[in-house]
Amino acid sequence: MLRKFTLLLFAFFILSASAQQINVKGVVKDATTGDRLPGVSIAVKGSTTGTDTDFDGMYNLNNVAKGTTLVFSYLGYKSSAIVVDQETINVSLEVSSETLDEVIVIGYGTQRKKEVTGAVSVVSSESIEQLKPTRIEQALQGQVAGVSISSTSGSPGAASNIRIRGISTNGDSRPLILLDGNVIEDLSVVNASDVETINVLKDATAGIYGVRGANGVILITTKSGRKNTEFKTTLNMYYGFQETTRKIPLLNATEYALLANEAYAANGEVVPFPNTNGLGQGTNWQNKVFETAPISSIDFTVNKGTEKSTYSFGMSVLDQDGIVGGDKANFNRTNARFNFNTDISKNLKFTSSTIYTNTNKKSLVENTLGSILFNALNMPATTPVYDANGNFSTPPSIGTGIEVANPLAQIDNAHNRAWVHKISGSYGLNFQFLDYFTAETRIQFNSASASSKSFSPVYSYGNSNVFNVDNSTLSQYEEHFNDYTFDAFLKYERVFNDVHAVKAMVGTSVFKTQGNLIRNQSNFAEGNDLTDVVESDLNEDFLQIFRNKNNGKNLTFDSRLLSYFARLQYSYDSKYLISAVIRRDGSSKFGPANKFGYFPTASLGWVASEEEFLKDSEVLSFLKIRGSYGVLGNDRIANFGFISLLSGEGDYVFDNEIVRGNAAFGNVSNPQIKWEKQIPLDIGADLELFNKVNITLDYFNKKTEDLLVQPTASGLLGVSAPGSGSPIINAGTVENKGFEFSIGYKDQVSNDFSFSANYNFTTLENNVLFVDSGTGILEGGSFGVGQDAPSRMEAGFPIGYFYGYQTDGIFQTQSEVDGHALQTNAAPGDLRFVDTNNDGVVDVDDKTYIGDPIADITMGLNLSLNYKAFDLNAYAFASIGNEIVRNYERTLPLTNRATYFLDRWTGPGTSTTTPRVTTGATGNNLFSDFYVEDGSFVRLQNVQLGYTLEGSRLERSQLDKVRFYVSASNLFTLTKYRGYDPTTSNGNPIGGGIDQGFYPNPRTFLFGMNVNF
Amino acid sequence: MKKINIKIISAIIILITLNVSCSDDFVDVKSNSENSEEFFNSEADYQNALVGAYDLLQATYLNVLMGEIASDNTLAGGESATDVVGIQEVDDMIHTPMNAQLRDIWGWMFSGVNRANYILEFKDKTNFTGKEVVLAEASFLRAYYYFELVKWFGDVPLVVDQRILFGDQFTVDRTPKADVYAQIELDLIYAASNLPVTPSQEGRVTKGAAQALLGKAYLYQEKFDAAAAVLDQLIADANYDLVSDYNSIFEDAGENNIESVFEVQYSEAEGAGFDCLQCSEGNVAVGFSGVRNYTATPDSSGDIFSSGFSFNVPVQEVVDAFEAGDLRKEVAILDIEAWASQTGITYGTGFEHTGYFNRKYLPRKRSTSAQGDRNLTNPNNYRAIRFADVLLMAAEAHNRSTTAPNDAKAQLYINRVRQRAFGDQLHNISSTGSALTELIYQERRVELVGEGHRFFDLVRTGKAAQEIDGFVANKHEVFPIPTIEIELTGNRWLQNPGY
Repeated sequence: MLRKFTLLLFAFFILSASAQQINVKGVVKDATTGDRLPGVSIAVKGSTTGTDTDFDGMYNLNNVAKGTTLVFSYLGYKSSAIVVDQETINVSLEVSSETLDEVIVIGYGTQRKKEVTGAVSVVSSESIEQLKPTRIEQALQGQVAGVSISSTSGSPGAASNIRIRGISTNGDSRPLILLDGNVIEDLSVVNASDVETINVLKDATAGIYGVRGANGVILITTKSGRKNTEFKTTLNMYYGFQETTRKIPLLNATEYALLANEAYAANGEVVPFPNTNGLGQGTNWQNKVFETAPISSIDFTVNKGTEKSTYSFGMSVLDQDGIVGGDKANFNRTNARFNFNTDISKNLKFTSSTIYTNTNKKSLVENTLGSILFNALNMPATTPVYDANGNFSTPPSIGTGIEVANPLAQIDNAHNRAWVHKISGSYGLNFQFLDYFTAETRIQFNSASASSKSFSPVYSYGNSNVFNVDNSTLSQYEEHFNDYTFDAFLKYERVFNDVHAVKAMVGTSVFKTQGNLIRNQSNFAEGNDLTDVVESDLNEDFLQIFRNKNNGKNLTFDSRLLSYFARLQYSYDSKYLISAVIRRDGSSKFGPANKFGYFPTASLGWVASEEEFLKDSEVLSFLKIRGSYGVLGNDRIANFGFISLLSGEGDYVFDNEIVRGNAAFGNVSNPQIKWEKQIPLDIGADLELFNKVNITLDYFNKKTEDLLVQPTASGLLGVSAPGSGSPIINAGTVENKGFEFSIGYKDQVSNDFSFSANYNFTTLENNVLFVDSGTGILEGGSFGVGQDAPSRMEAGFPIGYFYGYQTDGIFQTQSEVDGHALQTNAAPGDLRFVDTNNDGVVDVDDKTYIGDPIADITMGLNLSLNYKAFDLNAYAFASIGNEIVRNYERTLPLTNRATYFLDRWTGPGTSTTTPRVTTGATGNNLFSDFYVEDGSFVRLQNVQLGYTLEGSRLERSQLDKVRFYVSASNLFTLTKYRGYDPTTSNGNPIGGGIDQGFYPNPRTFLFGMNVNF
Repeated sequence: MKKINIKIISAIIILITLNVSCSDDFVDVKSNSENSEEFFNSEADYQNALVGAYDLLQATYLNVLMGEIASDNTLAGGESATDVVGIQEVDDMIHTPMNAQLRDIWGWMFSGVNRANYILEFKDKTNFTGKEVVLAEASFLRAYYYFELVKWFGDVPLVVDQRILFGDQFTVDRTPKADVYAQIELDLIYAASNLPVTPSQEGRVTKGAAQALLGKAYLYQEKFDAAAAVLDQLIADANYDLVSDYNSIFEDAGENNIESVFEVQYSEAEGAGFDCLQCSEGNVAVGFSGVRNYTATPDSSGDIFSSGFSFNVPVQEVVDAFEAGDLRKEVAILDIEAWASQTGITYGTGFEHTGYFNRKYLPRKRSTSAQGDRNLTNPNNYRAIRFADVLLMAAEAHNRSTTAPNDAKAQLYINRVRQRAFGDQLHNISSTGSALTELIYQERRVELVGEGHRFFDLVRTGKAAQEIDGFVANKHEVFPIPTIEIELTGNRWLQNPGY
């Protein structure tokens, strides 16, 4: 009876609750200041209905059932949930010091950070603002655990290598990067001030991107305005200058000549400098090559929001000269962006983002044998810059090889320009229906044209020099790229009984990218000076010759993806979270046998702090434990590896003319190729202590199987024919595991003083488990001239490890030489190579592991102080345990050397590290650990001091806020590495970490201001 | 009103979704280049594939260069003892199966075989007039590449009329040298009976080229009567003759002259780089053989050569091998000191500098339109089979025949060569028997010095061990199969003896 009554009563409450619809209104204010908050979003919990506050912080919400919960949320404030019991509900929101309410973009949707079950990191516009990166990816460097950034060069506009949780493939390790959902490959087109947030999907969460998710996914969201706001303009500008962080100490002319004499004498040859008196310091080539170069940037953003629409418009111009070559290495970027979102009706929303970019880049030869810095290091100090006739000098005709040239002549003759016009757009419609459903479609496109022009005038850098130009040559390239992505998906989101939150999503995505390349090259009779041609636009007639000749054959590509995906998320009482994803991808990269694949991933989370036993903990304000697992793919290989195309070169000479056959084999095909399969495991925890300290911990273990490798293949297949190459095969497994830790602390100590600190570190262990290339080895990289490849991928070692001779000191006496295993050409003073296989002979079989370019630990530290109107930010990052190969020394009889040769071996007991010098036959130049250095470093990447004027002090002006700042980036680096810059690498998985005279990242001093009005 | 709107909009969204989520064949993309499986639909297709098969002839520059360096004629030279280690090792007869240049020869010659086989695999697909000439050219080329392979490596995998596709490398075995020769003979007999006497284009192979190569293949197998027969026929046809001035042969004007039975064509009209030497349309061996840092005052008498990398430098012994009065010596050998003092040119000395250079294939002064890297794009054609070589091969075949030796004919042939060499009849040879054999060998050496034949002549005549320092009999007659090639085919093959 009693039970029946209770039931009845319960039913009555439900009925009455559902029956009683009321209209709710109120005002939302800041709890501390009492300011009214416009644009606060108010959602009816468990449904998709809701509204926003207007300019005055007011809201109206009709037909709300009594007893339902309204959730008030606003970026930077703690959310507030209030049960509807009356018609007027006024709310005060508290400023949030925590990040748990942040909204995280997880691919085809968003999620509150509290409920995220994967390893996702976020970089906010605030940190981007503090870092002032000239390239957006620099905002990730040292900021996000598990993400490693290195630059391919310090030259203006140079690309960076982005690696998420190690190098998981021998092939293309670049993550998938989406700008407002739109695939972009080149981040140089993005203006950092336009970016609202960067989200990095590091684990199986990336599985929603299926065959493209294996290297991780970076989601960049640009700024859009906020509803119900007036015109807000932000103007940022800075001007600064850049200089090199380092010059490698080299021998001066006198030291150089004495050393050369010693080397010649050691081999019984006539000394080249019989009289070294008066040689003095000679030419300091590095001083001649490096210069102080300007950098400037200006950008503005205008935002406005009406009741239904938001507008955001931004423009920026960046101009940067090079510390080598000055304006001959200039990079200039102009960028414009327009975001417009509007509610077409109550249920239908339109979002759009359009970005136009123009980049203009001039460049010089860098990071290679014979590059400008390489030559600055190797040109003899005794050679003057100019010869007696006032022309650029040439190196001595013997003793410096055929690659060393006068670097100033090289700069003078460089006329290379590349320019890109790119327009990108992302347009979406979002339609809500039947209370719980949302349908969304988006179309995204990129359209780019990239042109380049280079002119090489007739020039002789020295007798037989490989860079000599016998005929003036003008080359022009024009490339067009177009891609589009179409996404359509349907979401269902509902909360049952207040505790069972269900989110389901199904969707489809279509991606197509196309490009074509037009190239032409022309020679001009000797002496023609066509420098000004380079400065002008491409010559249409000139391109037409090529179009007619080759019909663009072999130079176009078309690559496509067709995908279907589904995601199911369930949470019980925000305590137990589960998410499962399945994606089916079809890729044009693979043959009929393996065109389609399924990629399932799942993740779990437990918000322990919601449990009764922790709910009231004073210490632990939040604790979530989570795990994820799944299968992801990587399809970054060339098209058509599965069929044998006649794309090779088959040319011969008949009747004294070159005849093009156009019917020779391209790369050997392998019909069986399929995508690389990655299986990532992540176990992590998110904690918050005392509402002030945030900690995230993650253990990860990613195994990549079926690596797509292109090993050297049997000559029987014709792989070494012109234009042919090895087939791509699936033949390898690599494992990356490690631990990530990040901790953040933020405190408002007093009204005048606030403080925050963030620190993170990542450990990484990379291990190749299996390589089935026929030889068990994949080789890469280059060292010296004509030497064996120095880098290897082999089971049991990190990917791309250095393979060479191990040394154990220097032979001090002839008897030591005689007592040692037989080492060709060895003499006292030479490096002593270890006979690792103890067979009594030092030969290629004794080569072994002598280092690897992968850091064991990387870390970053960020400090931020605000005192009254002053703000101070400092940011440092470090890398420990990676090695770098010193390969910028040509080591010929008359090339210059670094000063460490002053401490060389000159007799028994004089040195145990640096060998003797001789022009005779010696094994000292062979690739050994003598050339491998510890590349660990700590770098103070940025220090910035700002002063802000606002409020009453600007009363008489129209301005809201003005901030002035000075900033110094790349201020100093602590490292034992002797080269220019330990942070640069070409990024190749096999062959990275080899320094050919890397163009260093400049030290930059900026003076800037930010104005808001 | 509003409800209708929403319905329409949702209908549109659903329609778009259905429209775009197209069927799976969306990801079937057609390639721009031809698919090799769907080729040979026209005569042009056959002709184009044939050009590709010719292409690898240009890569034989390395066979020529190393064939000379391996012999007692020249030293490796170069910049230093470590300049192209593979070449240095072959010079010193200390080469191992790790030699990169030997792997190049292996890979490049099999590339040529594969491209020729591709045409022959599809020989029945499309018919057109004159197809037998295309097939004959392809057969000749396959024979040429296989002949190089047996000369260098002995037993090699023999694959006929089919490509070696990915996966096949794990099943093919090395075929005995005799069987490879049998296929070479078949191909050349077919080629000789289907090729025209006069080529449709300069540079294409002819009936005479097939006959000469067939004669050479017989000679290498010591089938002297067969060699004599085919070479006699070739000589009797009189389509080829010696040019009167030996010096003119190796100049640009002497290319494809009446003495040239088979000539590999090169051009300087396209650039090249070290990263793909086999891609060069120029003769890489010429740049390698050039005088280091050769510098001449423009338009001076020395301004007829250009510089190179000082490889392949003749030794004193080969210079001394010329008899007094032999006009060929000044053509074949450049004495750089004498030349420098005569013309005022300057030069640099490289490793193993002997003072002599291989003048036949030195880089000549380049035209202003020559492309870079000029060291790699010299236009000098390689005179692969000269009529003088044919005469000397025929002489040798007649002299060494065990069944019907004909020394009179041998003398006739060798003396044709000698009369040009000395410009008179006074140096005619009247020896017979084994004395004549030795004189023919000697004549081959001086007539053909610098042309890449010497090492293989020494091997096939059994004289290599006595003439070449470091040559070990029963080992160095063939070169080692590159170890990596053995590994990449599944570790099933035995290495050549001694390596």
